[in-house]
Amino acid sequence: MALTRDDVEKVSLLARLQLTDDELNSMTEHLSQIIQYVHQLDEINTDDVAPLAHTLDITNVLADDVVADCLSREAALQNAPQRDEECFRVPAVL
Amino acid sequence: MSSPETQPMGGTPYAVVVGLEVHVQLKTNTKLFCRCPTTFGQPPNTQTCPVCLGLPGSLPVMNRHAFELSMKTALALNCTIPYFTKWDRKNYFYPDLPKGYQTSQFDLPMSEHGHLNIFSENDEFADKQIRILRAHLEEDAGKSMHDEAAGVADSRIDLNRTGTPLLEIVSEPDMRSAAEAKAYLQELRLILLYLGVSDCNMQEGSLRCDANVNLHIDTPAGTIATPIVEIKNMNSFRAVQRGIEFEVGRQYTLWQKDKQVLGDMPKQTRGWDEGAQVTRAQREKEESSDYRYFPCPDLVPVVVTDEEIQAMQQQIGTLPASLRKQLLDDHQLTAHTSAVIVNQGLGFADYFLALATAIDDSRLAGNWMQGEVLRILNEQEQTIQQFKLSAAELGELLKFIQSGDLDNSKAKDVFAVMIESGQSAADVMAELGIEKVDSSQLEELCQRLVDNNPKIVADVQSGNPKAVGALIGQARKENSNVDPGQVRQICLALIEKL
Ligand SMILES: [Zn+2]
Repeated sequence: MALTRDDVEKVSLLARLQLTDDELNSMTEHLSQIIQYVHQLDEINTDDVAPLAHTLDITNVLADDVVADCLSREAALQNAPQRDEECFRVPAVL
Repeated sequence: MSSPETQPMGGTPYAVVVGLEVHVQLKTNTKLFCRCPTTFGQPPNTQTCPVCLGLPGSLPVMNRHAFELSMKTALALNCTIPYFTKWDRKNYFYPDLPKGYQTSQFDLPMSEHGHLNIFSENDEFADKQIRILRAHLEEDAGKSMHDEAAGVADSRIDLNRTGTPLLEIVSEPDMRSAAEAKAYLQELRLILLYLGVSDCNMQEGSLRCDANVNLHIDTPAGTIATPIVEIKNMNSFRAVQRGIEFEVGRQYTLWQKDKQVLGDMPKQTRGWDEGAQVTRAQREKEESSDYRYFPCPDLVPVVVTDEEIQAMQQQIGTLPASLRKQLLDDHQLTAHTSAVIVNQGLGFADYFLALATAIDDSRLAGNWMQGEVLRILNEQEQTIQQFKLSAAELGELLKFIQSGDLDNSKAKDVFAVMIESGQSAADVMAELGIEKVDSSQLEELCQRLVDNNPKIVADVQSGNPKAVGALIGQARKENSNVDPGQVRQICLALIEKL
């Protein structure tokens, strides 16, 4: 099951990535290689293996509902490409 | 062939099919995966940390209390709690979602297969059970605000709300009208309030409702289903009802023109426009597979034991349906009075129960709760917890009605002073000089009035019983403690005997 150029185009749109034609071509090739690599797993018989939800064999990591310190607003906004006094600013979302 | 479940109703050539997705913010101190506070209405971007900002290298840790509140709610909604549950990433791009995915639950939700019962207070529909498909625990997104100042078409992003715990409760498409959908939402809200798991404030967004609506239309060639539309932005119960009603009309008109059926187009999202009272098309909903769900590697699964489920079941307490039954069956209240009491919430209902026990008269207690007490609470914008009188103090007043020392209208006067001054009923009555008029005194007074007012008596005798009102007025002038009802009765009896 190879990845097509259309698949990559669709995924890049979902991730809001604007790829050039060249990038789309090379990305299709690279991503296909990765998927083919993972497909090696198909060779293993997993009939008797239960589905795995997590690679770690632990459950129930829970924290108490107690407030801890937040970042200051200044710290929260400091890496934003665009901002004002209070908020992150982004191109219009309607 | 139409199934009996979706037969056309009320003379329309179609049946309405509605399912609701309700998102409710859980009442925790901190967010779902970090310990930032969840306080509403704080200045923008003052309640964030690396986890809820989605900064690289940060790791989420599940809020135990949020999980417990979810479990409590799910059990109250008659859901089963699977022993094993996990979280998944729902990937989509939006500026109010800094991680680029929402941590939600996909194939192994923390609860499923519940139901709740709805009924109509004015017999708009028969009692019915609405099935609940699932309820799962996920995180809220931030808020984006459009800024049109000075021609700059930017959006401003506030991430205070990002990561607030949300329980998404998904019904089966079991509702057959806008009225049923509204009743479902109201009953669900009441249950959540009784459980104390959420503020359920639709204006503040702690309770949000989306509706999936389509029609099953009878045609000569069989029953067809119209494409499903999801309605968003309904910020009140009224909006939910109006939005669905509008969408039903719109879909039927559209189908008559374009004959499009379910499957001809992807699921559409429309927003409710409160000002114009119409739904408007929004962005096409991405196919479910486009969210590219996969298990979140940063969170480990949660396992629940039978003992934990049973322990949580014990904590559920009184729910609206059982309370309603108690008020109707054990206290013999009318459906209306019991609905008024139940809808006011658990605190109000508890007050009623205490009052009814104190005076051993549920009907008198119910009438006062529904009348005077509720009126004062509304006037003073108070909750029953802030109400000035305890059930015992109010009970003292009502006992004077039971003993005949006070008539209902006098009791209201005393009540008003009690609210004002905080004095006991007995003290207020002493201060106002209210004391019971004994019956021989009253007889004597009435006899005197009848003797001295031949014109009024003649008027009554000639078939105008209302004329006796003038005698009642005179009686009250002489002694403000007389019971007007009793004066009327005695005077009419005396005139009859003449
Ligand atoms: Zn945080």
